[in-house]
Amino acid sequence: MHASVRPAVSVNIPPIVTNAATRETAAALAMRMTVSKVNFFYGTKQTLFDINLGIAANKVTALIGPSGCGKSTLLRTLNRMYETVRNARLEGEILLDGKSILSQDVTALRRCIGMVFQRPNPFPKSIFDNVAYGLRINGSKVPLSEAVEKSLRRAALWDEVKDHLHKSAYELSGGQQQRLCIARALAVEPEVLLLDEPCSALDPISTAKIEELLVQLKDLCTIVTVTHNMQQAARMSDFTAFLLIGQLIEFNPTPQLFTTPGDPRTEAYITGRFG
Amino acid sequence: MATTSKTVPGASPIPGARSFLSRLREGDEIARMITFLFAASVVLVTLLLVFELWRGSALPRHKFGFAFFRTSVWDPIFDQFGALPFIYGTLVTSITALLIAVPLGIGAAIFLAELAPARLSDTLEFFIDLLAAVPSVIYGLLGVFIVIPLMRLYIQPALKSTLGFLPLFQGPAYGVGFLTAGIVLAIMVIPYIISVSREVLLSVPRDQREAALSLGSTHWESTWKVVVPFARTGIMGSIFLALARALGETMAVTMVIGNTPIISASLFSPGYSIAAVIANEFTEATGDLYLQSLIELGLVLFLLTFILNGLARLLILVTSKRGSETALA
Repeated sequence: MHASVRPAVSVNIPPIVTNAATRETAAALAMRMTVSKVNFFYGTKQTLFDINLGIAANKVTALIGPSGCGKSTLLRTLNRMYETVRNARLEGEILLDGKSILSQDVTALRRCIGMVFQRPNPFPKSIFDNVAYGLRINGSKVPLSEAVEKSLRRAALWDEVKDHLHKSAYELSGGQQQRLCIARALAVEPEVLLLDEPCSALDPISTAKIEELLVQLKDLCTIVTVTHNMQQAARMSDFTAFLLIGQLIEFNPTPQLFTTPGDPRTEAYITGRFG
Repeated sequence: MATTSKTVPGASPIPGARSFLSRLREGDEIARMITFLFAASVVLVTLLLVFELWRGSALPRHKFGFAFFRTSVWDPIFDQFGALPFIYGTLVTSITALLIAVPLGIGAAIFLAELAPARLSDTLEFFIDLLAAVPSVIYGLLGVFIVIPLMRLYIQPALKSTLGFLPLFQGPAYGVGFLTAGIVLAIMVIPYIISVSREVLLSVPRDQREAALSLGSTHWESTWKVVVPFARTGIMGSIFLALARALGETMAVTMVIGNTPIISASLFSPGYSIAAVIANEFTEATGDLYLQSLIELGLVLFLLTFILNGLARLLILVTSKRGSETALA
């Protein structure tokens, strides 16, 4: 909008590669997803402006920014969940493993890109059936009970629920429900896991468990998480993108973004001057 | 909880220790008493109803006892009264109506809530609410002038030639009868099922659907396997509302059912329902036993509704045992 936005944009297009401190690691990084020149509209209202972003494979990428900055919208473009909203429109290109996600079959795409939501949202079914849901609709070859156990173990929930798998998912605590939702998403073995403020409805202990879990899950899949909690982004992510009113202000390795932010607005945000 | 954090001048500093009088002054106690009175009046009216029906039916209760439910002779001249054909007619027409209305109604509700564009859905909802408000005598007219001729000339002969081997579809095609009454009732209760089910489906949280979609469900899979099960209790509620209406419907049924106390396996046969016989014969009932037998029929209808409602609730309780939104609270 203002001319002052321009330098920030030039910083964020090739940030990982040009940054001297991370050049050596950056060379080894494979990009799981690439977002280029994405503009997003709800009706006539534009909510994302020319976003360019690379999501490194098997890393945690955090999207931060104040409310309404477009971080959730950006996340929901990655698995085309925005399509459930009428009048939503996307311009630009998003690649998953080099292939455009926009030209793929959307159900096949979403099998590769799991999602965990802000509020724990288990289905009104048993714990077992929740995890098995994705396996059943996708016609999994693996025996269900094995696959369910594997997913629950990966989500660090197995020991707590193994004796009552057939109880209602609603009997679990909020933190357990959220880990169940993670297990449900992991069951279909996604390449990418998207999390939309997964801890915002949880207490600190549950939050810590989920953060720890996500860091461990890096080996299995690529993680993109939205958070309004900067400390959380700093603790668990490898890369952080800072968004402000629909623009990507800065995208850098997390330690760098939090210690030597490249943009005065990033600095203002992470030091708590606004947001 | 919320009120204790509110500081009221002059109130005791300890929450919960406020006196009855101070609560009275703030209006809470008055509001509680008045609303309690309103709520209690519902129970009172129900009890009064049962009491009056019970008291008014003393003669036939003593004369026939349980035989009233078992016998099928309804003969005012010889003072013989048996309720069975009416109970049978009420149940058969209501069940027929539900068999037709439930799939149609729920299907339409799914379309309106899940698939139709919002504007179309809202427009149709307006018409559906309008249908729900149409007086039943109008549906009766529709039955007499359109459904009965259609049944006699086309539908009953067609059913007879295709499914005639079933006892359900045998006998002469009069036009009037159980099936016709069931169809007219179905037309009447479908708007209730659609309207309530649509509301319930629309109130399923977005993230339930999105969770299903994010696992690779198609739109239909997310609707059928996640959204509809989530709304199940509410959808069942709409069906019970429809059943209650069908059981008690008087005018439309009496215009198309044939008004003959017959128990027949054939849906083509004319019949009679409890509500219809009360409405038709109440004004001309001569003699105490006749009149009181009609009142006892009213009691039977009340009990029938009561029992079916209880069974319905039991059904919800049993089916929602393993994980359902009832546990959401």
